[in-house]
Amino acid sequence: MKCKEGTAVLIIRVNDAFCRSCFKEYFIHKFRAMLGKNRVIFPQEKVLLAVSGGTASCSMLSQVQEGLSREAPKKLRFVPGIIYIDDGGACGRSAEERQRSNALLKSIFTETGFTYFIVSLEQVFSLPTSVLVPGTSDPDPSNPSYKQAVDQYIKEKQTLTEENVASAVAQLNIEDSAYSPEHKLALERLFSSMKTLTAKEDMLQTLRSHLILHIARENGYSKVMMGDSCSRLAVKLLSNIALGRGAALASDTGFSDPRYGDVVIVRPMRDYSSKEIAFYSRMFNVPSVFISGLDTKTHDKASIQRLTESFVTNLQFDFPSTVSTIYRTSEKLHTVMPPQSQTAEPASKCLLCLCTLDTKVGRLYLICLFFHFSELYFRLPSHQDLKTLLCYSCRLTIKDMVSLRKAQNSWVQSLRVLHSSNSFWYVVDDMASQQCPAVSHVMSYKTVFFHLFL
Amino acid sequence: MPVQCSNCVQRRAVLKRPKTGHSLCKDCFFWAFEEEIHQTIVSAGLFNRGETVAIGASGGKDSTVLAHVMKVLNERYDYDLNLLLLSVDEGITGYRDDSLETVKRNQQQYELPLKIVSYEELYGWTMDAIVKKVGLKNNCTFCGVFRRQALDRGAMMLKVDKICTGHNADDVAETVLMNVLRGDIARLRRCTSISTASDGEGAIPRCKPLKYAYEKEIVLYAYFKKLDYFSTECIYSPNAYRGHARAFLKDLESIRPSSIIDVIHSGETLSIKEGVKMPVQGTCSRCGYISSQALCKSCVLLEGLNRGLPKLGIGKHHRLHGKILAQEPLTEQEEKKLKAVDF
Repeated sequence: MKCKEGTAVLIIRVNDAFCRSCFKEYFIHKFRAMLGKNRVIFPQEKVLLAVSGGTASCSMLSQVQEGLSREAPKKLRFVPGIIYIDDGGACGRSAEERQRSNALLKSIFTETGFTYFIVSLEQVFSLPTSVLVPGTSDPDPSNPSYKQAVDQYIKEKQTLTEENVASAVAQLNIEDSAYSPEHKLALERLFSSMKTLTAKEDMLQTLRSHLILHIARENGYSKVMMGDSCSRLAVKLLSNIALGRGAALASDTGFSDPRYGDVVIVRPMRDYSSKEIAFYSRMFNVPSVFISGLDTKTHDKASIQRLTESFVTNLQFDFPSTVSTIYRTSEKLHTVMPPQSQTAEPASKCLLCLCTLDTKVGRLYLICLFFHFSELYFRLPSHQDLKTLLCYSCRLTIKDMVSLRKAQNSWVQSLRVLHSSNSFWYVVDDMASQQCPAVSHVMSYKTVFFHLFL
Repeated sequence: MPVQCSNCVQRRAVLKRPKTGHSLCKDCFFWAFEEEIHQTIVSAGLFNRGETVAIGASGGKDSTVLAHVMKVLNERYDYDLNLLLLSVDEGITGYRDDSLETVKRNQQQYELPLKIVSYEELYGWTMDAIVKKVGLKNNCTFCGVFRRQALDRGAMMLKVDKICTGHNADDVAETVLMNVLRGDIARLRRCTSISTASDGEGAIPRCKPLKYAYEKEIVLYAYFKKLDYFSTECIYSPNAYRGHARAFLKDLESIRPSSIIDVIHSGETLSIKEGVKMPVQGTCSRCGYISSQALCKSCVLLEGLNRGLPKLGIGKHHRLHGKILAQEPLTEQEEKKLKAVDF
């Protein structure tokens, strides 16, 4: 269709036929255009690529490789690192399987020549509390704008000798897949205490992002790139609506996600449909590893996320514009920011997902209705303190965890457990010493989470 | 061992509440259901004292339950409202004529005055005739647009202050999902409001007191109270797009019962970027009804029907508004596009 010379080998959307070389060009161009249009990646910035092993994130990796290897003016100008999180403990994979997939990924990563981190999800238990406090984004007025930064960089390049990007590789590659058995046990118990797959997936997502955030912060990465494709994001948007995360829709599915403050999450693959990515990785042999997750081989109604995925895919069959319509809708949303004023306190954030709390007055009567009537009938200790720290959908996830019987256990038992261990949950001890608005609620917060381990 | 009611613990539980999963006896369930509606009305400030309120009654379970609960709460909490029933006859044989009989019976049972407006007298077309022209895929658009205007016209004839409709939680959630799937930003923003904005002149505000009541609970309430209602669905509904959103919502509910309220919550809390093009409210130049275009939708649809161009109202056609207003004949190419597809 484009060059009108070569024979078309594939069809994208409904009637766009591409030959092989035009398709490659189209694919690469889209990636660069996405980065260039949004102008959030500054030159020489350290960017962490979150790779899950699937085709989308591996395509992203190959695009970055491609971009960094071009001639000077068009070269992508940032310093990449790779992170892979091994969540086998939560998904129930055996140790040998995890070793195998880790080794495969390691070989892929070493070939790229970038710094890489292979971290296991169990590490999440040894994170400091600072993870849950959003870092301040840099309002430094001396920070140059994007255009200025690029100009400055080009000028510097001409005067200095070019730094070899490969020298960054000399830094140590971290493969931290070792984990202590008690952490492993804690993780297993955490996930088995949740009754529904929906809550498990939600919690996995949260833990993963906390871990990535921590690694990024510790190693000086100011941006993280996720490999979410258009189709995946459309499903995510719908399932987030179903989970009650309306207030955070824009940050969960938009191009950039500024909720963590100092680390910004970007999604450069959000314009690609899964079909395009699949064709590209097949035709150009992008190495990827299939790693089974929580919802592999589950039936359609196992969780809300899984149901949404099958719904969108089926609807797409009858109405081919479904995914792109949903994508366009997500572009028109933005995250609610409460009015900024100098004297007022910074808006309180949800403890788990770090989004602005969406349960203020006005919607309050609805929430009240729901929780009030359910507690009215059950006369439970209402965990009031915990609820005020969480946004609507995180409350639902936690609600799934604390089952009825366990919640009725005595206070004393839980305190005993508290004293006998150091810190199961990474939020625990340091919270009192941090500038965290939830300091006064530490006690009851701890206790609720310890119910899991009773 | 029989399960006891979770609230009063004295009586035996007869049902499990779909919203929360609690086992309740009949009286506690009635109380909970009515209380929640009362709280909805009070905290949203839906009504003022001494107002005349028209209840949109179709004879189906939602409007029957709404009429019953409004009457009960009006007496119990002394809202001091003047209630009456307003019904719309679309002219669908086998469906609407039967449900209208139910409404007439309701009128006698609740002792509320009743008014019926019909498409035939307002527009000169019944739904059956419309479907014959349009086909089975886009007819819901006609019915919905006409009904809205019919309700407003009837309410103006009766000189009421507010209209309340029986839209339940499932309806609102389906609307949110449907608007996301169709990319309708303008409606997405407005669809979760519990009452439409009243701008003083013209439009009568309408509200949804049952907004947080689950459809299943409404059915349970009607069943246990032995209310008289008509329970068949519209014969044209299986082909509507809403059916997909409804099936999805029902599946969601089976996974997690609170999803319906979650979807509504998401719809309420999402916000649109500034700078996104939004329609501005004005008036129709032909009939004077409120509209965001030069011609209101029902005028466009009617024009299409009367000229034998049933697709005139479906799809984008802003450029043709001027032509229609000026009564100019359309070019052949335009006519071909707008004619019904042969099937």
